[in-house]
Amino acid sequence: MRSLAGSPWFGTARKRRGVVPQMSIAPEEVRKVALLARLLLSEDEVAEMATQLSRILAYMEVLRSVDTSQVEPMAHPLELVNVFRDDKVRPGLAREEALKNAPKHDGECYLVPAVLGPV
Amino acid sequence: MEKPYEIVIGLEVHVQLLTRSKLFCGCSTEFGAPPNTQTCPVCIGMPGVLPVMNRHAFELALKTACALNCEIAPFTKWDRKNYYYPDLPKNYQISQYDLPFSRNGYLEIRSPEAEGGRRRIGIIRVHLEEDAGKSMHDEKAGRADSRIDLNRAGTPLLEIVTRPDLRSPTEAKVFLQELKLLLNYLGVSDCNMQEGSLRVDANINIRVNTPDGPVPTPIVEVKNMNSFRAVERALAYEAERQYQEFLQTGKRLGEVPKQTRGWDDEAEVTRPQRTKEESSDYRYFPEPDLVPVVVTEAEIARIRASLGELPAALRERLERSYGLTAYDSDVLVSQGRPVVDYFEVLAQRCGEGKLAANWVQQEVLRYLNEKQVGIESFPIPAERLAELLAMIRERTLDTRRGREVFARMLTTGETATEALAALGFVDVSDEEIHALCRKLIAENPKTVADVKAGKIKAVGGLVGQAKKINPHVDPAKVREVCLRLIGELA
Repeated sequence: MRSLAGSPWFGTARKRRGVVPQMSIAPEEVRKVALLARLLLSEDEVAEMATQLSRILAYMEVLRSVDTSQVEPMAHPLELVNVFRDDKVRPGLAREEALKNAPKHDGECYLVPAVLGPV
Repeated sequence: MEKPYEIVIGLEVHVQLLTRSKLFCGCSTEFGAPPNTQTCPVCIGMPGVLPVMNRHAFELALKTACALNCEIAPFTKWDRKNYYYPDLPKNYQISQYDLPFSRNGYLEIRSPEAEGGRRRIGIIRVHLEEDAGKSMHDEKAGRADSRIDLNRAGTPLLEIVTRPDLRSPTEAKVFLQELKLLLNYLGVSDCNMQEGSLRVDANINIRVNTPDGPVPTPIVEVKNMNSFRAVERALAYEAERQYQEFLQTGKRLGEVPKQTRGWDDEAEVTRPQRTKEESSDYRYFPEPDLVPVVVTEAEIARIRASLGELPAALRERLERSYGLTAYDSDVLVSQGRPVVDYFEVLAQRCGEGKLAANWVQQEVLRYLNEKQVGIESFPIPAERLAELLAMIRERTLDTRRGREVFARMLTTGETATEALAALGFVDVSDEEIHALCRKLIAENPKTVADVKAGKIKAVGGLVGQAKKINPHVDPAKVREVCLRLIGELA
């Protein structure tokens, strides 16, 4: 996996490590998050991610230290509400177009490895 | 108490809304199209697309929530519910998490088991989300793949969650019937379970009566119930299964993780379903691609005013205005508004609610059921049928002959008077009937003596003779007049 640690964002956080409270995330938690995201990580990567995720969480701790008790939670960054469209049918994709990108299809349906229950 | 436990049931109902297009794109929602012919980059989750909310879907959702007596949130937003499943192309479902557009409602049902015959079933919340696609697993040998049809993906779906207020499988069924009827009256959904436009999951546990008080068993979620009848049977089975399990293991609520079981309709049992612990970790977060929706008091008032007369109020009005029984009003209202409208015209024109209700239930509905058509295809307009019922009501025509006239009207399209004449039925006046009865009584002293001795049945002989003399007489009327005249013979 490509490391994000060198990006400017993380660079800033690292420089300010002195003021950032330390958070740690256990390898089991990394594995669980990886499973939820359907990522297969090697043991090395798990360790690396644990470090990086800990750093992200630590940065969140900085934000958490701000007193927000008088601030309304923001539901959306845009100050825009009630964007609607009319209930009108518009042509979509031809089936062959829709199926074109699928790794496997039978001309009618997408084909996926057998699924028997929610995972 | 016949059973050693009390049953506690809550339902989670998913209802497809009757829109033309999907919730976030312009693809058709029509059922039954060939697989994957109603999709576009938005609903199959292509990168870079943006969802835009269908106004009509949101209005139907508001309408439903108002009819379910919910509080409408002045501010609502959408969230991403993240999970991986092949019928969910974006890998998240746009749903509502912490700020659903409505909550805290109720639906009143008529429950024979409840005190006073009614119960209010609490609604925790109603929220608006998108449907997933459909996965089909071909059982044919050698076919390892599942087939995915995304036509349904993105169809607007209401999730309605009840409080655990239902106390029996029958009550759960009654609730669903009432909910379906309400949604039909509102015109927000056709609630067709075969087509998947209404789906039900249930949470159920029991409180076992023990010397130490009631003990709750672990809650089980029951899925895969494909009809209201299946819901009733699955829950009845599951309650008893939990009781047997409790007797064997003594496990109570909180001692084992929540289990999901599927109803097997053929075997008539529930079976454990495979679920992984983390599947419930949906990691909701606000949907950045949709802006929030603000609803004003004025809009809520407008929606409430547009609801029209809903089933519960309609039943009460029919009972009050036409003197119908609870049973009659229930049968009529369950048929949908057009049948009720037909009944009302019929009742008002013929002048007797009960008679009109009987004829609609027995004759009209029988025809509709036999022909599998709706009231709009019924050949006799209410005004014409009312003419016939008025004759029956005024006793110028007996019920048996009335049915014959009705049958002729159905096929010929004639009015009652025309059909009556065509059948050769002649109206017999009261004077004629009295004269005929007096004549028969004078000619049959033996029969008269039998009747006076208490053999009331013997009067049937006189009725038979009367019909031979004049086939147009109403036998019931002849019987009544003969008995009265004999009674008057000191």
